[in-house]
Amino acid sequence: MIKRLASCVREYKRDSILSPIYIFMEVLLDIFIPLYMGDLIDYGIDKGDMGYVLKIGLLLIALCVVSLIFGALSGRSASVASVGFGTNLRHDMFHHVQSYSFSNIDKFSSSSIVTRLTTDVSRIQMSYMMIIRVAVRSPAMLILSMIMAFRINKTLALAFLVVLPILALSMYFIMTKVHPIFKRVFKTYDKLNQVVQENLRGVRVVKSFVREDHEEDKFNTISDTIHRDFIKAETIIALNSPIMNICTYGCMILVAWLGAKLIVTSHETVMTTGDLTSMITYVMQMLMSFMFLTMIFMQIVMSRASAERIVEILDEKSDLESPADAVTKVADGSIVFENVTFSYDRKAEKPVLKDIDLTINSGETIGILGGTGSSKSSLVQLIPRLYDVQEGSVKVGGVDVRRYDLDVLRDQVAMVLQKNVLFSGTIKENLRWGNAQASDEELIHACKLAQADDFIQSFPDGYDTYIEQGGSNVSGGQRQRLCIARALLKKPKILILDDSTSAVDTKTDALIRKAFRDEIPDTTKIIIAQRVTSVQDADKIIVMVGGCVDGFGTHEELMQTNEFYRETYELQTRKEED
Amino acid sequence: MPPRPGPGTQGPVNMKAFNKNTLKRLLSYLKAYKFSFAMVIICIVAAALTSVLGMTYLETIIDDHIRPLLLSGSEDFSDLLMVIVEMAAVFMIGVVANLVQGLLMARVGQGVQTTIRNDMFRHMQRLPIRYFDTHTFGDVMSHYTNDVDTLRQMLSQSIPQTLSSVVTIVSVFVTMIVTSPVLTLFVLLTMTAMLQATKSIGGNSAKYFKAQQTSLGSLNGYIEEMIHGQKVVKVFCHEEKNKEEFDRRNKELQENGTKANIYANILMPIMMNLGNLQYVLVAMLGGTLAVATKESFITLGGITVFLQLSKNFTRPVSQISQQLNSIIMAMAGAERIFKLLDEPVEEDEGYVTLVNAKEEADGTLTESTHRTGIWAWKHPHRGGTVTYTRLTGDVRMFDVDFAYEEGKTVLHDVSLYAKPGQKIAFVGATGAGKTTITNLINRFYDIADGKIRYDGININKIKKPDLRRSLGVVLQDVNLFTGTVMDNIRYGKLDATDEECIEAAKLANAHDFITRLPQGYQTMLSGDGSGLSQGQRQLLSIARAAVADPPVMILDEATSSIDTRTEAIVQRGMDQLMKDRTVFVIAHRLSTVRDAAAIMVLDHGRIIERGTHDDLIAQKGTYYQLYTGAFELE
Repeated sequence: MIKRLASCVREYKRDSILSPIYIFMEVLLDIFIPLYMGDLIDYGIDKGDMGYVLKIGLLLIALCVVSLIFGALSGRSASVASVGFGTNLRHDMFHHVQSYSFSNIDKFSSSSIVTRLTTDVSRIQMSYMMIIRVAVRSPAMLILSMIMAFRINKTLALAFLVVLPILALSMYFIMTKVHPIFKRVFKTYDKLNQVVQENLRGVRVVKSFVREDHEEDKFNTISDTIHRDFIKAETIIALNSPIMNICTYGCMILVAWLGAKLIVTSHETVMTTGDLTSMITYVMQMLMSFMFLTMIFMQIVMSRASAERIVEILDEKSDLESPADAVTKVADGSIVFENVTFSYDRKAEKPVLKDIDLTINSGETIGILGGTGSSKSSLVQLIPRLYDVQEGSVKVGGVDVRRYDLDVLRDQVAMVLQKNVLFSGTIKENLRWGNAQASDEELIHACKLAQADDFIQSFPDGYDTYIEQGGSNVSGGQRQRLCIARALLKKPKILILDDSTSAVDTKTDALIRKAFRDEIPDTTKIIIAQRVTSVQDADKIIVMVGGCVDGFGTHEELMQTNEFYRETYELQTRKEED
Repeated sequence: MPPRPGPGTQGPVNMKAFNKNTLKRLLSYLKAYKFSFAMVIICIVAAALTSVLGMTYLETIIDDHIRPLLLSGSEDFSDLLMVIVEMAAVFMIGVVANLVQGLLMARVGQGVQTTIRNDMFRHMQRLPIRYFDTHTFGDVMSHYTNDVDTLRQMLSQSIPQTLSSVVTIVSVFVTMIVTSPVLTLFVLLTMTAMLQATKSIGGNSAKYFKAQQTSLGSLNGYIEEMIHGQKVVKVFCHEEKNKEEFDRRNKELQENGTKANIYANILMPIMMNLGNLQYVLVAMLGGTLAVATKESFITLGGITVFLQLSKNFTRPVSQISQQLNSIIMAMAGAERIFKLLDEPVEEDEGYVTLVNAKEEADGTLTESTHRTGIWAWKHPHRGGTVTYTRLTGDVRMFDVDFAYEEGKTVLHDVSLYAKPGQKIAFVGATGAGKTTITNLINRFYDIADGKIRYDGININKIKKPDLRRSLGVVLQDVNLFTGTVMDNIRYGKLDATDEECIEAAKLANAHDFITRLPQGYQTMLSGDGSGLSQGQRQLLSIARAAVADPPVMILDEATSSIDTRTEAIVQRGMDQLMKDRTVFVIAHRLSTVRDAAAIMVLDHGRIIERGTHDDLIAQKGTYYQLYTGAFELE
């Protein structure tokens, strides 16, 4: 995992390495500054030697300036390195997600990918900064202070070695106790957020069913669990600081008592009073660095979850890729399903599509009608190879879709998805998704075919009208027609409309189909619809029931032979007889 | 440790966000923990004082014991031992105070956090629909995620630390003045310079943090939009274009983020080294003074003490300047939270309630404790008498006007009546006002003018929860909740048995597909009900309404994604359930509304045609045109 993440450091390796070096220099100076400060007092002030005070004073000022420079340099490199690392991570993740297939996206769910790209990356970036700054600073401080302390007096420095295991053990105890609680709390937090989110989205449902109290109970139960767990965790953490204090103070007392005795008995030969002051400073510094070290350790453990989530995104293999010697030309718009069996989950017992055999000629208009959940969408999503079949094969232009270059295939098979989206930007910008080079005339032509030109022209800003995120400022029927126009601009060999005119009135719907017939006769058109009128004039109609093809034929044939089709037709067109 | 907001949210906030009232109100949450919080303050003060006091012991040991012992040559350590024991005792007090403070603060901080969080949710449940129309989910969510957490952090970390720093500063300052007023003045001068440096660096850091925030928002917005539309991106092979745009925004964030962090990072070394510089300068100045005045002004020993003091003075000051940022941020969060808590709740001046009733032999109604299938409006009168009106589902509107925003009237003079047992349908283009009418009946919004009567009672007099309980609503956009399929159906009637839920599912024709799910009724659904098709979700939502068995039902495009054949089956089930009850139907597909007792055709907020299907066809008006497909319907 670490290796995977480290590979994203790349051009910021230099800063990532420089920063600890600068910090090491800074620490080195931080160790010497108190030493000279002690001398300043011992040999300067105490003795009243002003020449010495001035000399050491100037030296100290120089040291401070150098330390400041190194401090600033390390601060700069650390931020360049960590922000750069975060940027690279985000870049790698986003670029990798672009290569995901539909089933990869389904696996993670969009909102989960978004959280990983935003919150998780931020957390890792912060940890990285901490690591390169503190992870060097603290051990360096610890080791250097220890060296200095031992140089002053070995016996006294041992006091630290007595306290260290106690401190380490209690820190270990606290962390092992607290970590599982925090892990649990994070999960509960997710649940809490979920309740709030569902509550916000379903506010009308909540209010209609008068379930405010029920929702509150749900929320409070979770909120109280968090409360309890947090108190448990913080109670343990509250031990942290007193234990630290006991160790620090214990060390100080030990050093003071033993040191004083040593000074007096040896008549300042083994140790001076100045040494005692320095000794205590070093001991304190050691303990402080040790505490920082445990804190970073905790931070690393905590951000592990985020790191794992990021690596999951980076390591996910797109399960749909263009083959090596890909076919780069789609001959025509013919489609053949041969013995196709498909399910979204390989382990699923019941396939979503079973034994599908269909032959569609280039240029035909095919209607698809079927019950709720009869896998109409699943069927058509196999054509532009949004998913791969489990068994059998799908051929476009006489070639198995798995042999095409994906971009080539998808450019020739335009699909208007059921859950379609427009993006924030002008209408023109949205349309140019279909063809970036399209001229204004081409745009208008496509919109005319999709019966969108009229309403676009009626907007004050026409084709430059700004579409809000998700297309919330145009009506459902308008959005659908814009999406159709966008797909038409690709000039595809196959055009698939997945229930894309459901919010368009029957007359306009008919006009769109007429335009298709007249203007793009060579394009194979596949239309999924709920309305029989939308499909009845198609060359052939596929009737889907429960994942199987129940009927395939013209309107007249199906009226004769297919019960589902006839019943739907009668229900929708029954006139005055009842 | 609690989840921290990302680095982007940690930027400094404008000082002006600091508001006295907010602080006051925040402190009022501590009232419930008066005793604990008072204890916490005592402990903080005690701990700070003991640590200041503890530091002076070293001087005492050296000056009063080691030096005299060295001079006298004696090796009697009993006095020294006494001091060491005293020192240990002082430290012990500090440790205990520290422990007590930590334990109590955990309770106080968490208590306040939980209270605020629960208050917020409770308040949110009482807010009118209008609030949710005008606030994005993301904004509301961030109150629960970021704001509450920064608040807790401030209460349990920043405030205690600041308090402890203040205590240290004051006590050290007093000792400093006593030791040497002149040097104190000098320390104050250098301190001002240090604070000035902090301010200018902090200001720059704040500027870039703000810029970072903006670019982070822009990048995250882009990520959100594109990842959610990823399938469309794929269908259009738009991946490369996306990468370009993403890289541009990512780069911009990097530039601002790097700058912001550089300023934040160099603050610490600058403060530390300025502190060291100050130390040296004080030593040089003090030494010169002492030598020049022959120690009459300040003794050399005094300088040593003073130097130690000045070090202890600088540290808490720089600590406070670091805490200030998080305090200001938390205050801004608190302000946002209080703004939510101050949103006016949905008013309910109603007093008529809905009760189960039974009919006595003489035809009068009496209240019943169990479900009888008969509902009645309980209408208390001023004299203390109570009358019961049978709920029949007679809804009438008289000249109703309504506007979501002032000045933009969306309904004009709408008058209609729905007689008990009738199916009333609304037909019309998107934005014609169909859904708005139903939103007025259940009082999601209040009318601007006119009157709505329900069984002869002005709906303003009916308690909102009772009014809504009497109306079952099925909406086009189905919202399911995390839980099993069974739980989701039971949402309609919390005490429904499994059998009742299954019965309702059968009635909604959902039973078949549910039994085919991996765990049947026990299949877990995630919040958005992913894995189910839109049509299946609609069937579930109908089952949910059916189990509630309401006297009046509103179906707002409830079957839009269900195929015609299934719809017909569902329709039959619903017709049976809603026999003799009133149903309002909004539908796109005209086959759904054909058998309604009355069809209202709406256009731009006005009812332009009304009548049965046959009447309207005969009229050859708008409905006829819609029906024959000659007219746009969206």
